[in-house]
This record gives sequence, structure tokens and C-alpha cells, in this order.
Amino acid sequence: MNSRLRWRKFVSNFMLTMTGVCAVVSVSVLFFILGYLVYHGGTSISWNFFTRLPVPVGETGGGMANAILGSAKLLLLATLIGVPIGFLGAIYLAEFSGGTTAFVVRYAADLLNGVPSIVIGIFAYALVVLPFKHFSTLSGGFALGLMMIPITLRSTEQFLRSVPNALREASMALGASKWRTIASVIVPAAYRGILTAILLAFARVAGETAPLLFTAFGNQFWSQGWNQPTASLPTMIYAYALSPYDDWHRQAWAGGLVLLGLILIINIVARAILSRGIAVPRT
Amino acid sequence: MATTTTTVPGAGPISGSRSFLSKLREGDEIARLFTFLFAASVVLLTVLLVYELWIGSSLPRHKFGFNFFRTSVWDPIFDQFGALPFIYGTTATAVVSLVIAVPLGIGAAIFLAELAPARLSDTLEFFIDLLAAVPSVIYGLLGVFIVIPLMRDYIQPALKKSLGFLPLFQGPTYGFGILTAGMVLAIMVIPYIISVSREVLLSVPRDQREAALSLGATRWESTWKVVVPFARGGIMGAIFLALARALGETIAVAMVIGNQPIIRASLFSSGYSIAAIIANELTEAVSNLHYQSLIELGLVLFLLTFILNGLARLLIVATSQRGAGMGNA
Repeated sequence: MNSRLRWRKFVSNFMLTMTGVCAVVSVSVLFFILGYLVYHGGTSISWNFFTRLPVPVGETGGGMANAILGSAKLLLLATLIGVPIGFLGAIYLAEFSGGTTAFVVRYAADLLNGVPSIVIGIFAYALVVLPFKHFSTLSGGFALGLMMIPITLRSTEQFLRSVPNALREASMALGASKWRTIASVIVPAAYRGILTAILLAFARVAGETAPLLFTAFGNQFWSQGWNQPTASLPTMIYAYALSPYDDWHRQAWAGGLVLLGLILIINIVARAILSRGIAVPRT
Repeated sequence: MATTTTTVPGAGPISGSRSFLSKLREGDEIARLFTFLFAASVVLLTVLLVYELWIGSSLPRHKFGFNFFRTSVWDPIFDQFGALPFIYGTTATAVVSLVIAVPLGIGAAIFLAELAPARLSDTLEFFIDLLAAVPSVIYGLLGVFIVIPLMRDYIQPALKKSLGFLPLFQGPTYGFGILTAGMVLAIMVIPYIISVSREVLLSVPRDQREAALSLGATRWESTWKVVVPFARGGIMGAIFLALARALGETIAVAMVIGNQPIIRASLFSSGYSIAAIIANELTEAVSNLHYQSLIELGLVLFLLTFILNGLARLLIVATSQRGAGMGNA
């Protein structure tokens, strides 16, 4: 009996320790990734990386300036598409709609959120690239913007809903119309959450590669305009990592470090904004 | 009031339109309509996406029918397209990834939800969230330069030596292939399993644990025989979510799977996944049938993730509500 109890206690301690090991292993992956990127990327990163164009194989010292600018342009377009639709759509869901319409919109957004990024790429290719007959920055921005919509929409809606009803009623009781209540009471009350939602959506699409392969395509030079293909950091890293040249591998590591650094910083900032407290105490 | 309206003809509609006008002036109707347009565009875009996939794949659907999924010849020159190697590659990598990720992920989630003090749990969860934010091209990069050499030089030879009697672990060890892709995918989906399972485990009412402990169960017995079964549905949901992610993952898989449309028993062999072939061939499709066959693969991927995500959401919501309901009672 006693030995049985000892055995059970041993199993308990052993298994609980194992769960701790699982947690440590899982979290340590993050530090492995960071460590490798800093180690390999840090030695290859230089001022040239940010200011120079890629150079042909054999020459050394090129950079990814065009990819950095390309990514910035793509993300600007994505934000211009994703944020208004996500934000205003969320206002409709949280403040205006009832029952069926809201259900349909939410369902569509969740569906869109689950669509693999490569399928978003196919869609943007069929919808924007084929009719215009060439790859373009615009189509890439469209694909990324499409991915931003559901993330922004669903989280913004949740933050709007977490604003206490008392605030709405107080504003209406003072005679404000509904849209005024939304614009000057509800949205300001939820702005931290909304900002976090937008930043997280931005960070999520910043690293997307698959939808850009068929849309923004890639470019070894500066892009000639919004209607022309452009390089971007993720596709450049992809292409360089698969190339057989050591110098390009180093560039890929440097690009990876820059990209991951950017995404992690945005994530940390977004969470910091939120953890400073939701502006309104919940009632 | 009532007499005025009956004596003046058409008063009803006028007063009705006046109140509509006054609403319009205050801007509520405009705001409502304006935001509605944006909300409706989400639905429109989603419908358009499904429509494009359906219409865009009509040629191979009519030409090959169900044989598309049963044949394994992929030959753009002779316009023969069979999806079996890609379906196999996608399924095999996803299964390998779940075999690795599920025990690790659930173990870590149990630690975070049951054992770790709140602050430690939140800190670790923060790191897990950051891990989930790492883009797939970074995983691909590390896969190519770190995981592939590691697999080729150490893990695959070791597996061959110890488990080589199984057909799964035979054949030449190049480093890349199904097993490597599965491992990279496992690393990618672990954060999802941990986050969702942790939430679900935390929603299990405290009484359940206390009841088990008061009956003399050890800490582990209460966790494994009471808490985990209570949260079983939600944990299944987490696994489905992870599976959907693994099936749809493109870049990291395309970089390490070897990209050969073959089916071999060995996990060391190269393969090809649905997402990877779309990424590699869509812009270089030689014929309309080739292009549309790739879109049909996209449609398959879409439907699979659609079903898995839907099931996952149902399971997770049902489980958390069950927890909340019992907690209040």
C-alpha cells in the first residue's frame, strides 16, 4: 500500500516535471531562433544592407534597399485597405447591426482569417494580376490588405464591445446622436485595444511570403512604380536562401534578422500598449 | 394629435419621412449605411474568393472529375494532372508535425495552466505569442541552414540505426524531405496548440480539481484524469487549428520538403505539398489546364482548412462555455 502510494507520487512528480520540460523546450525555440539570426545575421548586416541595391553574383557588398522600400510600400497599401475595412466594419458589427447580418459578416471574416495565405495569393493573382496582365505592387498590397481585414475586424469589434454600456447611455442621455457617441466616446475609450489590433494585424502580414510570390513577384532593382513588380524582404529572403551562393546566404540571414526584429518589436509594442490598461474599467 | 393626423391626408408618410430626415440630419443613418458598406465588403470579398476558386478550377473538375485525387501523374507537357502525390505530401508532413507537436504542446500547456504561478505562466505565454508571430520564411531559413544539416548528419542516421527495420526510416538520408518538413511544421504549430489548450485548461472550473484532490488523487492524477478529460473537446479544437495551419503552410515547407512529386514509404524521401506546388508553378503554368489544376489544388486546401477551422471553433467554444456554466453553478 505504502509502496503504491510512493509509486503514485513518483509518477505525479515525474509527469509534472516532464510538462515543465515541454514548456522549457517550446519556449527555448524562440531563443534558438533569435540566437541563430543574431549570430548569422549580425555578422552580415552592414550599412550597405540598408542603402544599396542587390549586386550580381560574384560581387560583394550589395544590400536589400529595394526590398526594404518595397516591403514598406506593400505594407502601406495593405494598411490602407485592411484598416478602414476592418475598423469601420467592426463599428458596424459592434454598434449598429443585429442578429443575422452580424452573424454573416463575422462568419465571413472568420472564414477569411482561416484561408491559407497561398490561397489568398491565388485570389489576388486571379483578381488583380491577370486582368492587368502584369505583376504589381498594387496587387501585392491588395493580397496583404485582404489578410489584415479579418484580424483587425474581429479584435476591434471585441474591444468596442468591452466598452461598458453605461458610457453609451450617458452619452445618448446628454442628447448626442449615435454616431457622435461612437466617434467621441466609444472609439476613444477603446483606442488602446484598437491600436493593438491594428499593430498585430500589421505584424502578421509583414512577414508573409506566399501571397507575394504571384503578386508583387520580386525585382532586383528599384520598382518603377505602383503598377510594377517590386522586391520585398520576405520574398528576397526566400529566393536568397534557396540560391547556391554563400554571399546571398549571408544577405538572407541579414534580411531575416531585420524582418524578425521588426515583427517582434511591433508585437512587443502592441502588447505594451494594451497592458498599460484598457482605458475604461469594466463594469 | 390624433385628430390632426386623420384630417390631414398623407400626414402619416410625411411625419414618417420627417423623422427619417431628422435621423439623417443627425447622421446616424449615414453612419450606419457607411459602416455597413465596409462590413458588407468583407462578405463580398469572401464570396468572391470562393467564386474565383470554383470558377477558376472548372476545366480540371470537368476533365478529370474525381480521378484528379486518385492519379499520381503530374505532367504539364502532356496535360496530365493528378493530385495524389501532393495530397500525400501534405497529409504526411501534417501527421508527422502533429505526432511531435501534440505531446509537447499539451505538456507545455498543462505546465502553464496547472503548475506555473500566474506570473511565470503569463511571461512564458508572452514568449509563446512571440513565437507564433515569427514569419514562416524565417522558419524556412532556419530549416534550410540549421535543421537540414542536423537531420542529415545526426537525426536521420540515428533513426535509421535504431528504427531502420521499419520502412518509414529506410533509404538514403539527404536531410530534406517529408520528415524534415514535418519537424519544421511541428515547431511552427506548437505555439498555437499551447495558447489555445492553455486557455481551455484555465477555463476548467476550480471545483473539478479540488474534488479530485480531496478524494486523494495526486496532483498529476487530478490533472490527467479530471482536468484534461474535462477540456478534451477544446484540446481537440486546438489540434484541429494546428492541423489547419500545418496543411496550409507554404514557404517553410517548400524550402525543406525537396519538391519532388513522388510517393515513397520512407519519411526520409522527398515529397511535395499542395501549397508548395502552387507556390512554385502558378506563375509558370504552361497551359490553361495546368493553371486551373493548380487552382483546384487551392480549392482543396481552402475546403480542408475551412472544415477544420469550423470544427475547431465549435469545439473550443463548447468547451469554454461548459467550463463557464459549471463555474457559475
